[in-house]
Amino acid sequence: MERAPLLSVTDVVVDFKTRHGNARVLDQVSLAVESGEILGIVGESGCGKSMTALSIMGLVPDPPGKVTSGSIKLGDRELVGMDQEGLRRIRGKDIGMIFQEPMTSLNPVFTVGEQIAESLRQHENASPKAAMAKAVDMLRAVEIPEAEARAKAYPHQLSGGMRQRVMIAMALACGPKVLIADEPTTALDATVQAQIFDLLQDLQQETGTAIVLITHDMGAIAELADRVVVMYAGRVVESGSVRDVLSRPRHPYTKGLIACVPHLEEEPGPVRKELLEIPGVVPALTDLGAGCAFAPRCGEVMPKCRQQKPVLTEAGDTQCVACWAVHEPAAAS
Amino acid sequence: MTDHAAPALKVQHPLTEMAAMFFQNRSAVAGLALLISILLFTFVGPYLYPTDPFEMVWTPLSFPGEEGFLLGTDYLGRDILAAMMAGGQVSMAIGLAAAVISVVIGVSVGAFAGYYGGVVEEALMRFTEFFQVLPTLLFSMVIVALFGASLLTVTLAIGVVSWTAVARVTRSEFLRIRELEYVSAARSGSARDGYLIFRVILPNALPPIIVQANLMVGSAILFEAALSFLGLSDPNIMSWGQVIGSNRPYILDAGFAVAIPGFAIFLTVLAISLIGDGLNDALNPKLRQR
Repeated sequence: MERAPLLSVTDVVVDFKTRHGNARVLDQVSLAVESGEILGIVGESGCGKSMTALSIMGLVPDPPGKVTSGSIKLGDRELVGMDQEGLRRIRGKDIGMIFQEPMTSLNPVFTVGEQIAESLRQHENASPKAAMAKAVDMLRAVEIPEAEARAKAYPHQLSGGMRQRVMIAMALACGPKVLIADEPTTALDATVQAQIFDLLQDLQQETGTAIVLITHDMGAIAELADRVVVMYAGRVVESGSVRDVLSRPRHPYTKGLIACVPHLEEEPGPVRKELLEIPGVVPALTDLGAGCAFAPRCGEVMPKCRQQKPVLTEAGDTQCVACWAVHEPAAAS
Repeated sequence: MTDHAAPALKVQHPLTEMAAMFFQNRSAVAGLALLISILLFTFVGPYLYPTDPFEMVWTPLSFPGEEGFLLGTDYLGRDILAAMMAGGQVSMAIGLAAAVISVVIGVSVGAFAGYYGGVVEEALMRFTEFFQVLPTLLFSMVIVALFGASLLTVTLAIGVVSWTAVARVTRSEFLRIRELEYVSAARSGSARDGYLIFRVILPNALPPIIVQANLMVGSAILFEAALSFLGLSDPNIMSWGQVIGSNRPYILDAGFAVAIPGFAIFLTVLAISLIGDGLNDALNPKLRQR
């Protein structure tokens, strides 16, 4: 881990103005992506996973949102505060993104080939013909059968899995250094999900593109990611290598997330094991109190948790965790 | 595993589907047939019936059929059949040109308002509302009266007063489409504003705009007739409205001279409306079966 990270996000704060006051959707989020690795970001809905992706892309809707402070660096280029034209050059070229809904992420009035070719032409001065040829190559790279014929198909003529492959082809067309995949398989069947994950892993090994995989699927993280960042209510609560975090989760929220994954391999006995859940819901971001945002749902809550926000601190070789119960267990008594 | 089974691939262009949808609609096909016959009548007819519409050929206001003049003669004794043909060309040209003008203005205003939002939208939509609250006929009369009654001013006047509906439709479509995921996806693929507006959003916003533009042709023809009826048109150019307007004083003695061009306008606008309805159904993705 001596190399400088490819993409580093440091203490990023994103605020949204709402009718109910200011919502801090990202609070001091820090993470780093090394080249060639897969970084997983997990958390429940509304915990800031997608907003992290948007802030990296410079696509935080403004207004009402705003990156209040912090720094996002791609190599040695600072992205926060960069002008739109500069960001435009980086988007697609250096950072690609795949969206959640392959059904709606493709423009319905153009063929998929045209769409991939178009994103190529935005960055490289390719002739329409050369761009189209490259687009067909990309479709082949994402293992679409009969790529040449499919390039002439319109999005609604393709299945969901096929469309997500097209999205991946489009995102990878310009050979980005980082690919952000925002819940790429949420809208797909389980079998197709596995295929897409396999494909992402293969492509990652072939091209060396770093992948930021945003998901709420702990299984996918366990299988694909090298490192994982757990987010809760706009903050990073735990991070570390996947092996460490999954085998020795330190934060009660991470423990809860892992416990929530149903286990298929267990014999279905006469009495089924109850599915576990974390009680309560993610709090409204407009009225986070002074303490830890997870305190109301936490089983290990201590008085201090309600008074002061825990800070992300090292806990083990690769792991960092933000929890008073880990840092000051003595205070529990 | 549909991904790998690769079923026989049939790639059908969306336009083919739309055309199929359109031709299943009987009233739309009737409208199209009607419009084609009217176009043939006005544009091919003069070659088969080469009579000068301005030449006095017979006794004024003679009844249709007399002396071989199928549709009779007008108050100056000019052949109404020839006038119908020549006038139809002008009416339709004005209708089309005025519709094009209103679509160009309306789409530009609506697209920028809907895409940029905020102050731009506020300003553009207030501007649109300003034109919307003006009584359209009165406003176009003022324009024609000020700048003189020529083909060009009449066309411009009609275009300038009727673009507001297109602007509103375009804006609402842009407001809806700009929030869709494929727009964010295109943006994350580094598209410029111009590209997003004209290549990503506009093609998807076209169906209602096309329908609106089509209906605009009909209403522009009516508008031109109204202006001509009021005497606000170039007297040296024959149009359907002009025929109605010039024969108006003799409506009690020779109703046919007013009724015939009126009926031609009615048929044309009807045909266009039927086509518009058919287009609406064919272009509406909710009705189109996949």
